[in-house]
Amino acid sequence: MTTFELNGRRVSVHSPDDTPLLWVIRDEVGLTGTKFGCGIGFCGACTVHVEGRATRSCITPLGAVAGVKITTIEGLDPEDRHPLQTAWLELQVPQCGYCQSGQIMQAATLLKDYPDPSDRDINAVMAGNVCRCMTYPRIRKAIQLAASRMRGVTHG
Amino acid sequence: MVSLSAHGLRGSPDPSRRGFLITMMGAGVMLGYARSSLGGESTGNPSDLFEPTIWYGIDPSGTVTVNIIRAEMGQHVGTALARIVADELEVDWDKVRIITVDSDPKWGLMITGGSWTVWQSFPLLSRAGAAGRIALVEEGAKLLGVNPEACTARNGAVHAKARSISYGDIVARGDLRRTFTPEQLQKMPIKPPAERRLIGKDVVALDVPSKVNGKARYGLDAAVDGMIYARPIIPPTRYGSTVVSIDDSAARRLRGYIRSIALDDPSGTVPGWVMVYAASFSAANRAADLVKVKWHSGETAKVSEQDIQQRAAQLIADPKGGSLFVDDPGVDAVLASAKRKIERTYTTATVMHFALEPVNALAFEKDGVVEIHTGNQWQSSILPVLAKALRRSQDKIVMRSYLLGGAFGRRLDGDYAVPAALASLAIGGKPVKMVCTRADDMRFDCPRSASRQVLRLAWGYGNKVAAMDHHAAAGWPTVTIAPYFLGKDAKGAPYDPFAISGADHWYTVGAQRVRALRNDLADRTFRPGYLRGVGAAWTSWAIESFMDEAAHEAGIDPVAFRLSLLDGTGRNAGSAPNSVGGAHRQAAVLARVAEKAGWGRAMPKDVGLGIASTFGQERRMPTWIACAARVRVDRTTGHVAVEKLTLVIDAGTIIHPDSAAAQVEGAALWGLSMALYEGTEFTKGQPKDTNLDSYRVLRMGETPEIDIEFIPSTEAPVGLGEPATTAVAPAIGNAIFAACGARVRHTPIRPEVVLATLARGS
Repeated sequence: MTTFELNGRRVSVHSPDDTPLLWVIRDEVGLTGTKFGCGIGFCGACTVHVEGRATRSCITPLGAVAGVKITTIEGLDPEDRHPLQTAWLELQVPQCGYCQSGQIMQAATLLKDYPDPSDRDINAVMAGNVCRCMTYPRIRKAIQLAASRMRGVTHG
Repeated sequence: MVSLSAHGLRGSPDPSRRGFLITMMGAGVMLGYARSSLGGESTGNPSDLFEPTIWYGIDPSGTVTVNIIRAEMGQHVGTALARIVADELEVDWDKVRIITVDSDPKWGLMITGGSWTVWQSFPLLSRAGAAGRIALVEEGAKLLGVNPEACTARNGAVHAKARSISYGDIVARGDLRRTFTPEQLQKMPIKPPAERRLIGKDVVALDVPSKVNGKARYGLDAAVDGMIYARPIIPPTRYGSTVVSIDDSAARRLRGYIRSIALDDPSGTVPGWVMVYAASFSAANRAADLVKVKWHSGETAKVSEQDIQQRAAQLIADPKGGSLFVDDPGVDAVLASAKRKIERTYTTATVMHFALEPVNALAFEKDGVVEIHTGNQWQSSILPVLAKALRRSQDKIVMRSYLLGGAFGRRLDGDYAVPAALASLAIGGKPVKMVCTRADDMRFDCPRSASRQVLRLAWGYGNKVAAMDHHAAAGWPTVTIAPYFLGKDAKGAPYDPFAISGADHWYTVGAQRVRALRNDLADRTFRPGYLRGVGAAWTSWAIESFMDEAAHEAGIDPVAFRLSLLDGTGRNAGSAPNSVGGAHRQAAVLARVAEKAGWGRAMPKDVGLGIASTFGQERRMPTWIACAARVRVDRTTGHVAVEKLTLVIDAGTIIHPDSAAAQVEGAALWGLSMALYEGTEFTKGQPKDTNLDSYRVLRMGETPEIDIEFIPSTEAPVGLGEPATTAVAPAIGNAIFAACGARVRHTPIRPEVVLATLARGS
């Protein structure tokens, strides 16, 4: 049995230690907002936060996260109103939507590291997140919008 | 050309020839097209007559629920369709809900592809909305005790001077039952564009909120109690492999492993497949790697990409064979006598769909019916195949719809539903969730076929273009997926319209011939599929690169050259309702994009501007597109950076401007991705690249600035999901030539090819 904290709640699971965290979250815990895309950590659809850092859950074995804090898209904000989520809605970013949980989770840590990101910063940090609907121009704008609002709140 | 009413709607009458009924159901009313033409066939039971093609309902709270038979895969299709109804109905947007329906013959043709949805649905849905409004006004007037002429409908209520009654109250208190004949429907007073309140305005698309909080449900998220998981082991060839032996001794030591079974598929969709069952996907995934399967391979086990291109070259070189898609007399005579002519060959590599959600399906049997839970674009096409595979009639199979984690044409081919359903029936109908890994998904993809095209153009008297000859060879998706959509030339030779569309362009070129050739080796080696832009994306690559080359050959500015051929004469004049204005509208978008992008202005060193213009995908529903690409070429590495894309589009009436722009952004960037990055090759009968470690796709950092402009129009709405894809690759190719003088004739345009072309001095 492995125990960790998921979205602020303690969970204990029975999957073997070498099971990718992605499948534990999706199939054993039942939170399906985190997606399966490539299985080798190259597309970013499975991105979650492990101790606040964006992590590819499809290549993270369960055994490596015993006792740590994990956040998925479902736990990013108690009311689904994280500035990124509201910016995503306002700019109508999602098309098929499948990659967007991962995009938002990656962007959330981007904004921690770069509160005032340049397009170059965004290109670099978001390079590992693929969107096949090609919503990249809107993702970029939404990150900038959320960043400006978060700075407003912080400094304001 | 293809006629939907003649082919796709077989078994259910063309809605445009059916009457319209409003009937009471439960506490609300339902409004929709009748099952059959009114008169003669009525059973006397209105709900029975009515039930087949319900379009929408109104309940006593005034909430309007619109049934959507199209797949939601990112185009916000439900929102666009519901807005057409709601606008005519005069109801507030916050009172509108959408429901995505399950597969059932009553819905008629269920297909989401070809960028057809809005174009096909607009006349039907706007009349449906208008019929509802008229009935509500008449009944509302009665309840208010006034003359209907004194009433107006607005904001979900009927108003007569100071008094009004809400739609909900009319539904609760009145009798809305009505019948409209097909003739009355045809004459239905559709609002003039100036009175539209929802069409052409932006709103939050109804599918978007659940896509930012993880609550959206895709096929991969489908679950039922007691389900087990399965991962397939895919044979060495797409067709013709048979299982010799299965050795699962290593897998048996794995916790959760259940068993492995060779599927028996009477439909021939997944021959030679072995399914590995386990208690979790993770265990099924591991176990599948441990199970050893031996096959007798099919005959294509050694086929390479080069073999496929060579077969295409052979087919083109043989003047016999193929089908004449356009066949004017005199082409050979002009080519033989012309003093000035040009011939070029263009090719494209095999391209994968790589929808981010790998194909998957959940299947089980319940009360004698096989239920398949999955995201799919074309239920009508796969249901007969499922019936054959599962040895049961179609009414014993139902497909439940989910959101699609990307499709781009992959999920037009519903082949993945077959192994999932077979896997369930092989263990007595228990629920089985089949999930393909990325590598499985790639090997099981129905890729965009490699293509090869030879184009010739000849000038006649007065330096006027006098003939154009175009030969195109590729795999034909429609032969396997939807043979009833095949076209026939004048001599009865079949062609796949979707593999040649675009070649019947709107340029006036004198005598024109287009020959479509089926690459039989491609068709045997893999299952060619429809991929965003389909054939028009490769025919446009050839034609628009060629137009540039021809202009340079003639010493004429490439934009001026195209404009001189877009004269709107003869068959290029256009016709009502879908192509009013014809080639003049293509000329207009081309001229506008040239102006916007600064065509003719001097560019910095190694930077070039390239232009291309197309009519989207299909001549019967042209979406007029022009694209200007600005690129920078690094002469030492061959690296091409796209700095900006400018697109001007005339798609007629725009229903939902923001999602129209989103569709054009996506389609244009797909075009860019295929122009520079996406492509694989077949080696030993299989696609060489099966994941992102070697398959390159467009990423954030390579995404250029995009400037999109729609030409304001009240003409018939046409397609938007794919058309922009077609113009981008040739615009980039032409820009590379403008930047550095290297003429590239193959996509994807790899840096090493740019370098080699530069070294050769083009």
